[in-house]
Amino acid sequence: MIRVIDLNKSFNDKPILSDISVSFEAGKTNLIIGRSGSGKTVLLKSIVGLHDIDSGEIWYDDLLFNKLDFKGKKEIRKEMGMLFQGSALFDSLTVEQNVRFPLDMFTEKSDEEKTDRVNFCLERVNIINSNKLLPSELSGGMKKRVAIARAISLNPKFLFCDEPNSGLDPITAILIDELIKELTEEYSMTTIVNTHDMNSVMKIGEKIIFLSDGVKCWEGSSKEILDSDNEILNDFVFANALAKQLRSSLKK
Amino acid sequence: MIKFLEQFGNYFLLLKKVFSKPEKPYVYYKQTMHEMVFLGLNSVGIITVISFFMGAVITLQTAYNTENPIYPTYLIGLGCRDSILLEFSSTIAALILAGKVGSSIASEIGTMRVTEQIDALEIMGVNSASYLILPKIIATLVFNPFLTLISISVGIVGGWIAGTTAGVITSEDYIYGIQYAFIPYYVTYAIIKTLFFAFIITTVSAYHGYKIEGGSLEVGQASTKAVVHSSIIILLFNVILTQLLLS
Repeated sequence: MIRVIDLNKSFNDKPILSDISVSFEAGKTNLIIGRSGSGKTVLLKSIVGLHDIDSGEIWYDDLLFNKLDFKGKKEIRKEMGMLFQGSALFDSLTVEQNVRFPLDMFTEKSDEEKTDRVNFCLERVNIINSNKLLPSELSGGMKKRVAIARAISLNPKFLFCDEPNSGLDPITAILIDELIKELTEEYSMTTIVNTHDMNSVMKIGEKIIFLSDGVKCWEGSSKEILDSDNEILNDFVFANALAKQLRSSLKK
Repeated sequence: MIKFLEQFGNYFLLLKKVFSKPEKPYVYYKQTMHEMVFLGLNSVGIITVISFFMGAVITLQTAYNTENPIYPTYLIGLGCRDSILLEFSSTIAALILAGKVGSSIASEIGTMRVTEQIDALEIMGVNSASYLILPKIIATLVFNPFLTLISISVGIVGGWIAGTTAGVITSEDYIYGIQYAFIPYYVTYAIIKTLFFAFIITTVSAYHGYKIEGGSLEVGQASTKAVVHSSIIILLFNVILTQLLLS
């Protein structure tokens, strides 16, 4: 479980996040939604420690993460996996080497065991016969899946996904969503996903928080989101024309 | 001035992070071998070509500037040898490497920064500064002295070929000249300078790449800054080291 208490973050005296308090439950797919520039990525990067926060607390189970020293954070980070918006695969390494990298760095497994683990993770995300390809030879969806394979190679307790669907076609986006949800349940991970894709919200969102201008405006489940009377949230949820039409016809 | 001090401080903080204990020495060893090929072996070609022509031009210029019956012609060989040993093979080669290797390091690390690959390393618990920069420093410190020795040898051969082909010196005089009053310490001096320059090129360029904020435009700017700053610092240290080592 991850708990965030009164988190504040600013850049050059400009507040980006204000008094964010939220808890993300284990074994569930937690979503952070909001418009572009609402502070989703900053919140996610603050939670994983890539940004130093101005004030507040970030708890990983019973450890106060933001007060830990480099070594303490390093130990928790070994239990984290992260899927970045642009996949962030290492350009100079092949698919296999990318997934193997955390195993080389942090385990004492034999070569054979590492290869088995790499193949297992790649098969788990449906990447087959692509071990020797470079990231530049992969499609956007494949890159995301390889990045997921790398993220789960060490059996993480915490999985973070920053806009996993950005730049993908709707069908591939659904596949990635389903994969994230399956893995979350399979490994009982605490998963946090940043997204502004309403398909993802409805499909995998078990707990959702909505950010607007760096402030948490709403918190609930995917079932509750459609019935909310929060105007800012409704503007976001029913932003596209199809959703607007559906809503007005439902109201009628 | 405050910005300069801030950058100076950040540079040393980065170095502190770079020189921390490696997580997995074997992974670092593999990475160092890779960098030796990428930064060292791949620079042999350019160093050879440049050194050859450098030696050739030094010989011809020395010959045309000492066209006087008072001076024995073997002095052309001596002048060529000392110019190459003392200055050209260490300093000029370092300036060329600052362009080739420095820009490559800055753009490689900078691209990794803007594409979040460095963040990915940090999330895994890897000390990204150490993992990315330390192997490059070790590789250049080990390999660049060999590049200097190659440069010295090729430069002298270039001078010999140019001098004899142009007819400004005989082969015997040139060979006598390059052996005449030889001071072996000059080779040590060139190697010491090379080690300092290798460290400057790698760390200054890596600093500019690592600290990038922004996108592809900033990667280009960082690459340019890496070359310019490395070159200026190399020239500054050239003066300091010459005074310290030869006075």
